[in-house]
Amino acid sequence: MLGWEFPPFISGGLGTACYGLTRAMDQLGVKVTFVLPTMVDNRYATHVKLLTPSSQSRQAGVAFSKLNKLKNVTFRTISSPLQPYSTPDVYQRQFEEALRQKQKMHGGNINLTSQSIGGIDYSGDMYAEVHRYAAIVAELAENEQFDVIHAHDWMTYPAGIVVAAMSGKPLIVHIHSTEFDRSGENVNQMIYDVEREGMHRADKIIAVSYFTHNIIINRYGISGEKIEVVHNGAEHNGNWSLPESNISKDEKIVLFLGRITMQKGPEYFLGAAKKVLEVMDNVKFVMAGSGNLMSKAVEMAAELGIGHKVLFTGFLHGEDVQKIYRMADLYVMPSVSEPFGIAPLEALHNDVPVIISKQSGVSEVLKHALKVDFWDINEIANKIIAVLKYPPLKITLQNHGNFEARRLRWKDSAEKCLKIYEETLEETLVAV
Amino acid sequence: MASVCFYFQVHQPLRLRHYTIFDKNDQYFDDYKNASICRKVANKCYLPANRLLLDIIRRYEGRFKIAYSITGILLEQFLSYSPEVMSTFDALAETGCVEFLAETYYHSLSFLYSRDEFVEQVNKHIETIEYLFGQKPRVFRNTELIYNNDLAALVESMGNFDAIMTEGADHILGFRSPNFVYQPKGCDKLKLLLKNYSLSDDIAFRFSNRDWSQWPLTAEKFARWITDVNGNGNVVNLFMDYETFGEHQWKDTGIFNFMRHLPEHILKHPDNDFKTPSEIVLSYEPVDTVDVPHLISWADTERDLSAWLGNAMQSNAIHELYRLEKKVKKAGDKKIITDWRKLQISDHFYYMCTKYFADGDVHKYFNPYDSPYDSYINFMNVLNNLHNRCSRQAPLDANDVPGKALTGKNCLTGQATGAAFCDLSQNKNPPDLQTVN
Repeated sequence: MLGWEFPPFISGGLGTACYGLTRAMDQLGVKVTFVLPTMVDNRYATHVKLLTPSSQSRQAGVAFSKLNKLKNVTFRTISSPLQPYSTPDVYQRQFEEALRQKQKMHGGNINLTSQSIGGIDYSGDMYAEVHRYAAIVAELAENEQFDVIHAHDWMTYPAGIVVAAMSGKPLIVHIHSTEFDRSGENVNQMIYDVEREGMHRADKIIAVSYFTHNIIINRYGISGEKIEVVHNGAEHNGNWSLPESNISKDEKIVLFLGRITMQKGPEYFLGAAKKVLEVMDNVKFVMAGSGNLMSKAVEMAAELGIGHKVLFTGFLHGEDVQKIYRMADLYVMPSVSEPFGIAPLEALHNDVPVIISKQSGVSEVLKHALKVDFWDINEIANKIIAVLKYPPLKITLQNHGNFEARRLRWKDSAEKCLKIYEETLEETLVAV
Repeated sequence: MASVCFYFQVHQPLRLRHYTIFDKNDQYFDDYKNASICRKVANKCYLPANRLLLDIIRRYEGRFKIAYSITGILLEQFLSYSPEVMSTFDALAETGCVEFLAETYYHSLSFLYSRDEFVEQVNKHIETIEYLFGQKPRVFRNTELIYNNDLAALVESMGNFDAIMTEGADHILGFRSPNFVYQPKGCDKLKLLLKNYSLSDDIAFRFSNRDWSQWPLTAEKFARWITDVNGNGNVVNLFMDYETFGEHQWKDTGIFNFMRHLPEHILKHPDNDFKTPSEIVLSYEPVDTVDVPHLISWADTERDLSAWLGNAMQSNAIHELYRLEKKVKKAGDKKIITDWRKLQISDHFYYMCTKYFADGDVHKYFNPYDSPYDSYINFMNVLNNLHNRCSRQAPLDANDVPGKALTGKNCLTGQATGAAFCDLSQNKNPPDLQTVN
């Protein structure tokens, strides 16, 4: 299995999904080798302590207790600054940042333009890095036993293609998001090309929703027969040991939790917040997450004159996420284009009712959620007020929603993936 | 003797328009949607079915009889949106073979929440029916056949009625058959007619179901089942939604043809006949009393109220609505009262039902909302506005002469129904506008 993030190195849903799926496969007794890049400096999107891999770190196991529980999973990490939600610009900046740090450490004069610094042999652009990753994975794969290659999202596709070509094993690409979700119509042509090639070369495509399934057909020219839909599940991390926080609050809290990027529709959240505050006063809006529109969102809140009612927490992790859920009265996900959206399920697991955009994969599996068009801030505000104002609505959504979310289990997703593996293996055998 | 008693429920709700918390006006209802649905159902069901039944009645010269219960709220819609349906009902009324039943004008659950309001709505319905069809209903059926001993006692005490109808649910009958006339427990005069749900549902639900072992259902076969009742029953009460014809069962299922040929096959047997509910009351004496301490209805397999009051949203919405009763009536504004009553239409609460929601089923039929939550939000926003209107109205009344509030009240009991006459007599104007005058 080829991925690019895994807890605790996560900045978004992809890592959560990979963890959930891998763990479920582990429990089903499937042997998984998970290859993922580890960042030299990870503070860009997460506040995780960086794990600096030594030159031998390719073989190093990951020393986190959570991962040790996975008996059938082996981890292979590759030192690389690849990050799931990067753009080339960000990558460039990070790369230069890494160089500066190196410079500081070594105290010497290291030429910034040099292609080979301190033994790290990667060129300064993300595309080359993706291919470098592919080359290392290919090398690594020679010593591994496996039946199927399962690649998660575009950065791993070149690697998947190479390994498939070398080993003759079937390639399955798993689409957690597409360039159209992340960038709207302003797609990065190179990323699109990588995605497209990966999808065309793959023996089978797994889409996280019918929403994504349709994008793959319409935008990437893939035949529908090649695509299977496997919805994500959700982990119930009902951390009962968490002390009951005595948060006494006379204000309602409406939560936005996700990357603050164009894809997640932060401006619609703020627009709706403004409308809500015209009618109700005792409400606070919390935006938990970071992203390239963060400063814009802060500015926008100020411009709307609701700056004092909107709190920005930055990126939250682990227990802090649980805490914020526990405080929230309502979770809103106004995503512009959301292939799946695991966060609403987590919110429901924490008994927080949800408003989700109709332009999301998760709305295919949730009935007991309020649904809106992301652009309809009037309706978003209307529904926010309704939940805050009419307690029976909140209670009914909580009860039914929690029950419904509990039925969406990673085990079922993993079983579906296994079935797809088997079918693909059969098909390729016949083809040979 | 097996007397077949057909009664058709004719009802369409008034659907609310999309109403957000930001809306401030008092236009709650989606006139366009209500008009188009009314016309659609009229073309698919009411008109062809009325014509067919009129045809049959004329052909059998008094041997084929039926009964209708048409809600006041739908009669208003007919007048506004498809007057041709009214004229066919008129023609049916004139044959003398059609009986009209009484119910709550607004197809409401008012019996459960306000006895005064219930009585007012029933009286309003009676007077409307009398005005339109020239006959005074003598048999009562409550919304969705909701029933218990208390209802029977209340209806008997109103003095107008000979009989009341409800579901022939197994758990109230035990070993007994619904094919007899009964008496409600605690009543002396009032008779009880029970729906034969098995035979009724054969037509209403199973008619086009190809998985059903008896499919296809022919008029001949059904007539045989009716004839089989001879010797162990007097009546077969076939109660169903009128929309069975052409809406629930589409025309191409053959439902109209089935109905066209049914009388012929039933009347072949000399012991069978058709009777209206009032004729049943005259012909047969009660064989036993039936005790129904708990509320029942004809809905779902549970035969209870859970489709309307099963979750927290539903009971909250309806409680809030009836809590406004005093305020609404005190405000004395006719438009406010009418709006409040239109919000009592039971369908508003049915849309909020979360039972089976995840499976998607019959509850979806005719449901204008994507989810029960949307319907609750919409309803509560409207109610919120109505509440504000009452509050605005109330201080005005207080400043007025106390007598004013009194006349307002009188309007409700006596004259409000008189006003309905005006509404209905001026056919050209939609009743919605009329009530403002």
